[in-house]
This record gives sequence, C-alpha cells and structure tokens, in this order.
Amino acid sequence: MSTEIAPETGSAEQAPGGAPVREPQAAAVASGRGERPDDGSFDVTLRIRRYLPEKDATAYWEEFTVRANRTDRLLDALHTVKWEIDGSLTFRRSCAHGICGSDAMRINGRNRLACKALLKDLDPAKPITVEPIKGLPVVKDLVVDMEPFFASYREVMPFLITGGNTPSAERRQSPEDRARYDDTTKCILCAACTSSCPVFWNDGQYFGPAAIVNAHRFIFDSRDEGGAQRLEILNDKEGVWRCRTIFNCTEACPRGIEVTKAIQEVKRAMITRAF
Amino acid sequence: MQTHQYDVVIVGAGGAGMRAALESSTRARTAVLSKLYPTRSHTGAAQGGMCAALGNVEEDNWEWHTFDTVKGGDYLVDQDAAEVMAKEAIDAVLDLEHMGLPFNRTPDGKIDQRRFGGHTRNHGEAAVRRACYAADRTGHMILQTLYQQCVKQDVAFFNEVYALDLLLTHDLMAGDVPADEEVKVAGVVAHDLATGELHVFRAKSVILATGGAGKIYKTTSNAHTLTGDGMALAYRKGIPLEDMEFFQFHPTGLAGLGILLSEAARGEGGILRNSEGERFMERYAPTIKDLAPRDMVARAMANEVREGRGCGPNKDYVLLDLTHLEPAHIDAKLPDITEFARTYLGVEPYTEPVPVYPTAHYAMGGVPTTIRGEVLRTNTAVVGGLYAAGEVACVSVHGANRLGTNSLLDINVFGKRAGIAAAEYSAAAELPELPESPGAAVTALLDRVLGGDGTEKVAVLRRELQEAMDAGAQVFRTAESLEATLATIGSLKERYASVAVQDKGKQFNTDLLEAVELGFLLDLAEVVVVGALAREESRGGHFREDFPARDDARFLQHTMAYLRQAPDGGTQVELGAKPVTITRYQPMERKY
Repeated sequence: MSTEIAPETGSAEQAPGGAPVREPQAAAVASGRGERPDDGSFDVTLRIRRYLPEKDATAYWEEFTVRANRTDRLLDALHTVKWEIDGSLTFRRSCAHGICGSDAMRINGRNRLACKALLKDLDPAKPITVEPIKGLPVVKDLVVDMEPFFASYREVMPFLITGGNTPSAERRQSPEDRARYDDTTKCILCAACTSSCPVFWNDGQYFGPAAIVNAHRFIFDSRDEGGAQRLEILNDKEGVWRCRTIFNCTEACPRGIEVTKAIQEVKRAMITRAF
Repeated sequence: MQTHQYDVVIVGAGGAGMRAALESSTRARTAVLSKLYPTRSHTGAAQGGMCAALGNVEEDNWEWHTFDTVKGGDYLVDQDAAEVMAKEAIDAVLDLEHMGLPFNRTPDGKIDQRRFGGHTRNHGEAAVRRACYAADRTGHMILQTLYQQCVKQDVAFFNEVYALDLLLTHDLMAGDVPADEEVKVAGVVAHDLATGELHVFRAKSVILATGGAGKIYKTTSNAHTLTGDGMALAYRKGIPLEDMEFFQFHPTGLAGLGILLSEAARGEGGILRNSEGERFMERYAPTIKDLAPRDMVARAMANEVREGRGCGPNKDYVLLDLTHLEPAHIDAKLPDITEFARTYLGVEPYTEPVPVYPTAHYAMGGVPTTIRGEVLRTNTAVVGGLYAAGEVACVSVHGANRLGTNSLLDINVFGKRAGIAAAEYSAAAELPELPESPGAAVTALLDRVLGGDGTEKVAVLRRELQEAMDAGAQVFRTAESLEATLATIGSLKERYASVAVQDKGKQFNTDLLEAVELGFLLDLAEVVVVGALAREESRGGHFREDFPARDDARFLQHTMAYLRQAPDGGTQVELGAKPVTITRYQPMERKY
C-alpha cells in the first residue's frame, strides 16, 4: 500500500493556461444569502481513501486541503476537490440533502451521508477521513458495487402482497395501523446501516439491516398478507438471527430509523407469529 | 459496442419512467435505462402531496381541480390535457394506494387530504383539502412504491447507464420531411458508467422520462443530476421544446442553499413574514394569502426583499413562521423539512422562523406531447414510437405556472398513459433500421472531451452559466437582463468547445459525464433565455418588468423552439408558436 500525501489548496492552483483558478468559495457555498457577514471561512483537510483501478491496483490515502464555509457539508468539500483540484476523484451524489441515498460514506470512521455531514460538526481542525462504505466491493474511490445490497433487498419481497380482488376505493387503514410501520417507510436504501454492521462485514451473505427494515415495512402493514412468507425467508441462517444487536445500524441511519428495534420486532414476530 | 433489442426502451427511472414501466413491461418487452439507481431519482425529493378530488374530507370535484390548474397556469394550460389529468387523478391515487403507498389516513381510515397552494373550492372561493400525502415525503413514498412494484414485476433496469443520443429515422435538423414519410424513433445510444462502453438500444418505442433541468440555475432545489438530458437529446435532433421560458421558482427554498421546504408547511398553517413581522401575502393575495400559486408568492417575496423588507444582516430573505403550530403537529406532518432547517441552517422551527427565499424548482416546458404522451415534431405531427412523460415533457398541463402537487400527479397520469401507448404502438410496429454507425456521434463527442487539450474547466463554465441565469433569467426579467445572460451563454458555448477533463479513464468517469451534462445545460439555458426574450409579456412564472401585463392578444400561445442549421453553417434557435387548447374556460384576470 502506498501513501501519497499531496496537500494543495484550490486558490494556489494554476490552470494549464496560467490563469489563476478562482477561489473555491463559489463552489463551496451556494450563495451569500442567509449568512452572517462575519461568517469566517476555514481550511479543511480531507484524507480520502483513493482507489483508481485503471492506474493502480492498490488503494492509497490522499490528502486535499480546501477552503470551506460554516454551512458547508462534506459533499461541498468533495465537490471542491473534484471540480478544482482532481477531477478523477469519484463518488456518487444526487439530491445533496439527504433524501436520495447516493452518498453514504465512512466519514471519520462512521457511516453517514456526505450531504448531511456538516464540516463544522466534524472537527475540521483535524483531517477528516473519508472512505467507501465497508463490506461491498470497491469499484473506484468512494464508489462501491451496490448490487449485492439490492439483491438482498429484492429477496425479502419488498412489495405489498394482497389476495382477492382489488377494491374499487382505497383499502382502509386506521391511523394507528398506519403508524405501526411508519418508521421503516423512511428508508432511502443508502446502505449506511448494512455497511456499518460487523456481521455483514464478516458474512456478505447476511441479508443485513436494510433488507430487514424493508421486510418490516410490509410485515407490519395491516393491508399486507405476505408476512408469513417474508418471515420464512428471514428465518434463514443468513436472516434475522444473525443480528447481534450491536446497534451500529441505528447509529448509522441518516433517516433516524430505529433499525435495531425494527429487527427485534421481526425476531419477535417470528416467535409469536403475531404482527 | 453491444446492441440490444427491445420493444420499449424507457429513459429515466423516476416516477414517470417507472409508472410507464409498470404498464409497458406487462404488455411488451421493456428495458429501463437510468443514469442513477432508480431510487435515487428526484421524484423522491417531492414532499407535500399529490392532488386528486377524492372528496375524502370535504366536498370536491375534478372540474374544480381542472379550473384551478388552468387558472394557476395563467391560461397557458391546454385545457383538454388538464381535464384528463384532473379526472384521472382519482384513479392515479387509488392505484398507488393499491400498490401499497402509505398515505396518511383520516380517523375512519380513508386517505387524508390537506390544503395546497392554488387548489380551491368552487373556482376560487377558498382553499380546499385536495392533496393526498404521506407526511412530507410523498415523493419518496411514490418513488419507493413504484420501485417496489417494478421489483415485483421483475422490470429490466440498466442502472447507471446514460442515454446520450436519440436515434431517429430522419434528420429533422436538415429541414422539412416529405409529407408521405413517417419520422420514427429507432432507439438510443447509451454510455455504461461502470465500464465506459457504449451500448445501442434498438427499440420500436422510446419513452423519455428524464426529469428536469434545474441545474441551469445556481440556487435550485434540484439534484446535481437534473441536467435536462432528455430535453437536450430531443432538441439536438431537431425536435422542438415547448414553453421553456416558463420556469418555476419555488417560494420556500432554505435561504442560501435552495433546499426545498414544502408548500405543505403553509398548507398546515405556516405563514410568511417580512422584516416587520408582517404577513405580507395578505397584500398580494387577500383571499388565499400564503396559499397563492407559487409564481405569485415567489414574486411577492422577491419584491419584499427588493423594497427593503428582507430579513437578516443582508436583508435578502424572508421568514417562514411555524412557531404558532404545535410541535407534535409539526412532527406528524412536516418531520423532514423541519429537520432540514435544523441540519442545514441550525434553526429550530418550533421556536424560530426559518429563513427562506425562492429557489429554481421546475420546468413547466419541455418536449411537446399529445395527451397520449406522443412526442410532437411540429404543432401536429408526431415522431412515431417516441413518447415523453413527466417534467421532461410539456403536455401542457402546467402552462405558465404549475400548481403544487400537480407534478406528482403528472408523472403518474401521463407516465401510465405513455407506458400503455408505447407498448401498444410497439405491438403493431416494425423495428426501424438503425442509421449507419449509430454510435458515431456519441463516440466523437466523448473522444473530443477526453482527448482534447483544451483549457476550460467544466466546473468554472457551469458556475458562470448558473450565475448568469440567476442574475438575468430568474423571478424578475427584463430585455436587458436577458440579453446580458444570452451573451454570457454565447461565450460559454464557445469556451465549451475547448473544455477538458482530468479523468481520462474508462471506468466510472463522472468527470467526463459532467462535461457532457454541461453541454445539455448550455443548450437548454439558451432556449430558456431566447424564449423569455421573445415573450414580451408577463404570465405565470415568466415576469418581464418591462412588460408587466399579460398580453393575450399577442402571447396566448405556446412557444416552440427548434434547433436548426444556420446559414453560417452553425446552428440557431428558431421560434414558432402553437395554439393553446381552450375548452371550458376563457382567460380571465388572475386574482386570488
């Protein structure tokens, strides 16, 4: 493993034509609106786990120092690196406000969404380490192969199963019954939970918390009739019983879902068959 | 280069694409291409609700919904399309419920409904409860539910595959097509992000469902990936774009960030206030106040700021006040957006008003279609087998200003229609021959960017574009501001010719794709500004300070923008007009 340290700042860099590249603040801050005039910007160093398989068979660490503002998220700093220093830095992102689930990463050793992690909350005085989420094959830099994750999701039959004729109006559901599975409907399939789970790191066959959360969402939906089938699937040796109640998943969830609790409820339902 | 063959190829896997896929995949061999994993699509960011006149909590009917949609769109709406949408809204909501969507419920277990901007009882008497919702994550639940059904139906997805060219049987850029020849779609050329390989997807039908183009602006609620790909692909092939000058600025973006705070905040009782604490919407829309349509509220906010009644040290935003609402009510109905305020601005909405300012949100215009989703290449002729649905399309149900919730409705109603129509068309159609070397244009484009020794950086050009659009083509526009923006776009297009990327690899080269997406943004921004310059009136989301009144005599018509070969050998935007379909409602002055 090679270690390459290349601290640079956007403002010091020269474009090939010799013209100075602009200060990075425009890329790092949406606009001046809503900010106090005395808001100080600050330097932050990102220590990023790089893997560029077309260039180097091994992964390495690389550091970048960029200018940031107090409302900036880690995603803004990653963009500053990509847009002003090294265009080859590769990561997924889309909505940039914590709803699409593209940018789950391991940030200072903890799984979070880069777009929900504010730099000022990450102790920017020290280098911030950024790595791909664990337990899934790394494709390039911070991008992992999500296919095994989605394969587990698909296996739990994550869709409403009903019998009989479809009614002409809506199926009735009381607010209490609706509340029963509300928490697990918030899942954005970012894989922060599954890839924080030590059981999943050691056993990639384990369904993982996200798949169980999505099974829970239907098992406890009063309209659904597929609960018994899903419990049968999750009773597998790679199913819920592999969960060791470590709570990493609950801590990692950017949507605040009580993931471990949901897994416990599925375990309980398996024993009592009451759901 | 691998070649695939399908009956129907759908480009885009947001709400419209997946709703179409659910219909088409049961009728025809269907593939869905998406540049993202489907659940990353921006439908998931929609919050407040989806309107349908179910009448679950108070009297309502689809005709009122039609009227509100037409009036909300400042009479530029095609009224036959609006009627289709309002009628089919009811089944669209019930379809989603039957698929499992976890709507909020009334005490007796029906789908609950709440108020939303511009949706009224009996032609404007008062706000009506019409929006069906799932807390403030209705779009998330629609996206998840549609994806779940696609998993159930085993829909074939090609994820992280970028469509970069649309293949037609004729070159529309060259001019008129002989009257006895039918122009048809033949497929798409796509770039597989993981490998960098090109794939040709031959198809009898293609559905464009790629969403919007909010990234032409700097302050926007839109995802980084909303770069108008489908619009640009069609436009570059000579298919017109309709009404692109109409862009919606959502009133309540988090100040400085543009992150969306749903109109549902006002539907649930939230109030906009200026620096004097005044509920200023009482002056602009005395009847429905904070629940006026978005264009009116956004303009009112910008006007308050302009007249010195903005808040904060720079007086450049207004406040969304939820402090009079019960925290338990906020938690039950608006959990996500209040968390956004806490996370991104450090503001506690229980006790502090939230700084907000308009944010670029939605393209009312797009690829023109019929009410069956067929893409038009002139005012009347369609491209055989080509369909579009959702934000990429212009049916036109949104006219000059879309009402809140009508986008989630649009994707469901017209996504379904396009899916059915595309599959039915493919059943009767032959597979058109591919043009010679179908991948040549894309290969040339990518090679130019990869191999170029240019000095221009994508991020620099994009930022300058976005700043120019915010400066000259935002809530308020004048000939002067638009001319300045157009000049900037022109010079950026020249500089774009020498754009270079640092990543020269094949695998997962997002540097390269960002360069391609910038090309789309530049083309589309130009169409927006050229259309806005030509439309010398103010209507809906398009407000010209130098022409502040609506001018039905000159401009009660759709803009059709065509890319055509210019005499100098380059290309130019040519504008045409298309009549508005008026059935029930004659244009009236728009007051709320």
